[in-house]
Amino acid sequence: MNNLLIWPVILPLITALIFVLLRNHIRVQRLLSVIVLAVVAGITIIIMNQISNDGIQTLQLGGWQAPFGIGLVADMFSILLVLTTSIVAFCCVMFSFKTIGKERENHYYYSLFLLLITGVNGSFLTGDLFNLYVFFEVLLLASYVLISLGGKKKQLRETMKYVIINILSSAFFLIGIAYMYSSTGTLNLAHISVRIAEAGQDGFMTTVAILFLLVFGIKAGLFLFYWLPGSYSVPPTPVSALFAALLTKVGIYAIIRMFTLIFYHEPQITHLMIGILAALTMLLGGIGAVGYWDINKILTYNVIIGAGFILAGLAAFTDAGTLGSIYYLIHDMIVKALIFLIGGVIVYLTGTTNLKEMSGLIRNHPALGWMFFIAALSLIGIPPLSGFIGKIFITRGAFEAEFYWLGAIGLLSSLMILYSVMKIFMNAFWGETIISEEDEKGTTRGVMLPIAVLTALTVLLGIGPEMINSYIEIAVEALMDPSIYIDAVFAGNDIP
Amino acid sequence: MKLKPNDVILNTVTKLAAVIIFTFSIDLFWAGHHFPGGGFIGGLTTAAGIVLLYLSFDIERIEKNLPIDYKKMAAIGVLIAIFTGLAGMIYGDNFLEQTFGYFNIPIFGETELATAVLFDVGVALAVIGTAVTIITSISEDEL
Repeated sequence: MNNLLIWPVILPLITALIFVLLRNHIRVQRLLSVIVLAVVAGITIIIMNQISNDGIQTLQLGGWQAPFGIGLVADMFSILLVLTTSIVAFCCVMFSFKTIGKERENHYYYSLFLLLITGVNGSFLTGDLFNLYVFFEVLLLASYVLISLGGKKKQLRETMKYVIINILSSAFFLIGIAYMYSSTGTLNLAHISVRIAEAGQDGFMTTVAILFLLVFGIKAGLFLFYWLPGSYSVPPTPVSALFAALLTKVGIYAIIRMFTLIFYHEPQITHLMIGILAALTMLLGGIGAVGYWDINKILTYNVIIGAGFILAGLAAFTDAGTLGSIYYLIHDMIVKALIFLIGGVIVYLTGTTNLKEMSGLIRNHPALGWMFFIAALSLIGIPPLSGFIGKIFITRGAFEAEFYWLGAIGLLSSLMILYSVMKIFMNAFWGETIISEEDEKGTTRGVMLPIAVLTALTVLLGIGPEMINSYIEIAVEALMDPSIYIDAVFAGNDIP
Repeated sequence: MKLKPNDVILNTVTKLAAVIIFTFSIDLFWAGHHFPGGGFIGGLTTAAGIVLLYLSFDIERIEKNLPIDYKKMAAIGVLIAIFTGLAGMIYGDNFLEQTFGYFNIPIFGETELATAVLFDVGVALAVIGTAVTIITSISEDEL
């Protein structure tokens, strides 16, 4: 039992509710949201050290022991993601101060922002399948409002698509949970794992596994991503950065959790299928990123490529592949937030999203230009930036598992990313400066700090991976050996 | 010429029915600890009663007599629920740990008091706040 685990979930929730009561105190809201996210990050670091010293931490809510109660389980993998979430959210909320506008701030923007974080942290920490669904709904409801807040025609159109696809996938999620409960008689993730290991993963269970893959695949932007480019490019920059960094990652987290803890018995079916979907996702996402000349579209297609690439590591299902997936997942959360924020600033300065109408920004904004360059290199996976380590391990894992085609497509997708981001860099920053500083539609004042923080992080993760390497190895160990997770949840009690 | 709607029957019935609905919802709320009922259903019935009031009288009159910000009510409700969960942690128990005891209270005699009821109060407030907010904001929408 460790009561610290509840704080990353309820602190943002409590603050969000207080913001509803203090609706007109925008300054207080800004200050409090930054403080809360920093505190959550601090608490996560404490939990991280507890995990590395004493193993996986659990909290059984209300004192009802597993599998009867509903518990929170923090293994190293989930807590690393919670930490990254707090950091990314911290930067996005700081970016919001100058850019989001009075109108949205008055309409519960910060409340919704923190409710979204509540849902994301809850999904990472829960140890119960049904509560995973509940936290998914919490974050989805917050995201429905955030995406439509502002009420422009374009936003409402994309919101409709987004809401419909997500309601559909949530319905499938519930159906999957119902099948799962009817055949295993439990919803506790660890208990499900035990039951399936006892009874064997037969054809029926594999079908349920594929149903879950479909559900989380829709949310993660894996293959069925057709809703994603539209809905991620319409909301204001900090919101779309937050979505790109966090929302698809929750789906990816759920896939990794389900297919390492529960459905690990038939990798030749399920993991091969993940591999095929990942390969198709990377290819289609790459084609999208190469084809468009709209900066928001290019960036959202990069989110899709990232999702495919992370799951390629899971498909390989080797130590190296999983290690790479975790590295790349953390890297991707940071760098996607970074590149979306920079993309937002570019659009903000030039007043257009069309690359052909912008040029020569680097003369007036050298810092922005070089930070974009670093982010771009990190996205492609050039050493010594953070994308490199993840990429090399995922590729190694894919080759080790003799998925040569998957590794090759992964590398090919890197070339497509290279082309797409260099297209942005060359068109937006190089060339003749066509708009002088006076003609710019906005300023970079007040928005550079969060971008600089994220840039520093991606460089730091690249040159000093030893800092987190020991933690990530603990995470891999727990992912590849489900018994560690199960033992921690049941804590020596009899497993009924 | 627009006819003024004649809602004498509705008004009269509402005045009577609202009392019954509110009483019943409180009964449902109290029943919830050991029998079917509880904060959620109790809150929902209360919300139904409030909506009935809104339907039969105009919004201004209800807002004058029931000056409640339902959005804030919902937020306060969830906060109460969370803080009852936190209370257990002060004594070193798990989050959401609950307890109960028997006390001798004048008039009622020996009564069972449980902390779960406080949680249910929060749930009830949250449900009333959310339900009424949804319905009033739909009705305010001009088409």
